[in-house]
Amino acid sequence: MRLVIPLMITFVAGMIMILQFFVPATQSMGESLQEWYMIVASAAIFLGAINLLNVHIHKIRFKAKNWKYSPVTIAGFAVMIITGLFLGIEPGRPFDFMFTQMMVPMGATMFSLLAFFVASAAFRAFRANNWRATLLLVSAFVVMLGRVPIGAMIWSKIPGISEWIMQVPNLAGQRAVMIGAAMGMVATSLRMIFGIERSYLGGAD
Amino acid sequence: MATFVENLGRIDRRIIFIVMALSVVVPLAMRLSLPIPIGEGPSKDMYDAVEALPSGSTVLLSFDYDPSTMPELQPMAVALSQHLMRKDIKIVSLALWPMGVSLGNEAMRSVADSLGKEEYTDWVNLGYKTGGGVLIVRMGSDIQSVFPVDYDGNPVGDMPVMDGISRLSDFDMILSLSAGDPGVPAWVMMAGDRYNIPIGGGCTAVSAPQFYPYLGTGQMVGLLGGLKGAADYETMVRVGVENPPAGTATPGMAAQSVAHLVIMLFIILGNISYLAGKKKKGGAK
Repeated sequence: MRLVIPLMITFVAGMIMILQFFVPATQSMGESLQEWYMIVASAAIFLGAINLLNVHIHKIRFKAKNWKYSPVTIAGFAVMIITGLFLGIEPGRPFDFMFTQMMVPMGATMFSLLAFFVASAAFRAFRANNWRATLLLVSAFVVMLGRVPIGAMIWSKIPGISEWIMQVPNLAGQRAVMIGAAMGMVATSLRMIFGIERSYLGGAD
Repeated sequence: MATFVENLGRIDRRIIFIVMALSVVVPLAMRLSLPIPIGEGPSKDMYDAVEALPSGSTVLLSFDYDPSTMPELQPMAVALSQHLMRKDIKIVSLALWPMGVSLGNEAMRSVADSLGKEEYTDWVNLGYKTGGGVLIVRMGSDIQSVFPVDYDGNPVGDMPVMDGISRLSDFDMILSLSAGDPGVPAWVMMAGDRYNIPIGGGCTAVSAPQFYPYLGTGQMVGLLGGLKGAADYETMVRVGVENPPAGTATPGMAAQSVAHLVIMLFIILGNISYLAGKKKKGGAK
């Protein structure tokens, strides 16, 4: 019974969501399910917050690896929640100050670090060791030059060639990936609706 | 014994990091500026699509990103807001990412203040709601059921900017600035294809290639890809404007130019070293 009820819910909800496109009578049911989804997804945010606290309190209690970062995480979490809830989130308030002056630059810094790792990884791994790798390397150089103004200064045709690479070979490859992924998504969804795929239930057989 | 050329392939990564940092910092510190050539492409298509909208149109602007991708996407938000507001196009904004709300608000408010546009009459920020694609589908039938109040808690139905807007198909265009999922693909699939609304947008440079199929099929009217897309748009928006405000993407292109050249230089050095080592091994055989 523990397994049958979730499978039934999945089947009924999945079928309604498909049928609403073909049977007008099921459209209102589909809309209700969409509202339920948004309510459940909103509730998941609270679950995530509780889980975050749980994980870090557990790490501190058992002095797990890197546990010293956990108090900082919990303190940051608590400060943002308390200032946001009790002092407001309008511009000029402490919450807004911490968001714009701390979170925004720290977030941007994290993403910017990618440039260093990309440079280091490209230096070590980007080798022209066969004709396919060489083709990839040449394409990468053209696109990299085409995406910056200096490319046009070196040769005026570089941006055009770069755009052609993006619009023809890249588009063909991306479209193949998208169609493949979409087919896989349809197959997986059908397997879930019909109860064949059950891993989302937490590994129950 | 390893030769100098072979040793090139063993440069310490700390040296690479330092050179990389200098290649970004020095052009920015020296305020190096390079001309931004605007040719045919997704950025120009995007500008032309917005330019073709008549005054009084209403556009939905979705801020689907967070601070980590702000350096690339925030200049687009500012440039798009400038273009839309200068053309007297009303903006209804929202965010599919929680932190996009504040970033979008910041961009729109700064532009609105400089152009004398009024909140709730010329623009509004509806805020963030979870749900991604499902949220978009719900907005397709009734926006106020999803957003009864805006970001500041004011009833959406009382706002002049929402006159004549009750569902997604009432918008003349949807623009999404997207750093991932949910973002551009969700708007294309759930709004553009379903309700036949023109979709445009912007994204990080790293994710731009995956949106080209949407441009190829006409499912997107244009795309701003990365800092280059933002710089292109900033440049186009400035044309014909007296004392245009300085953008942040255009100065960044000089630093990006140098950084790209440095990465290419390192790749070339790595390959010279690799080929020298390969030749030596071949000779030894």
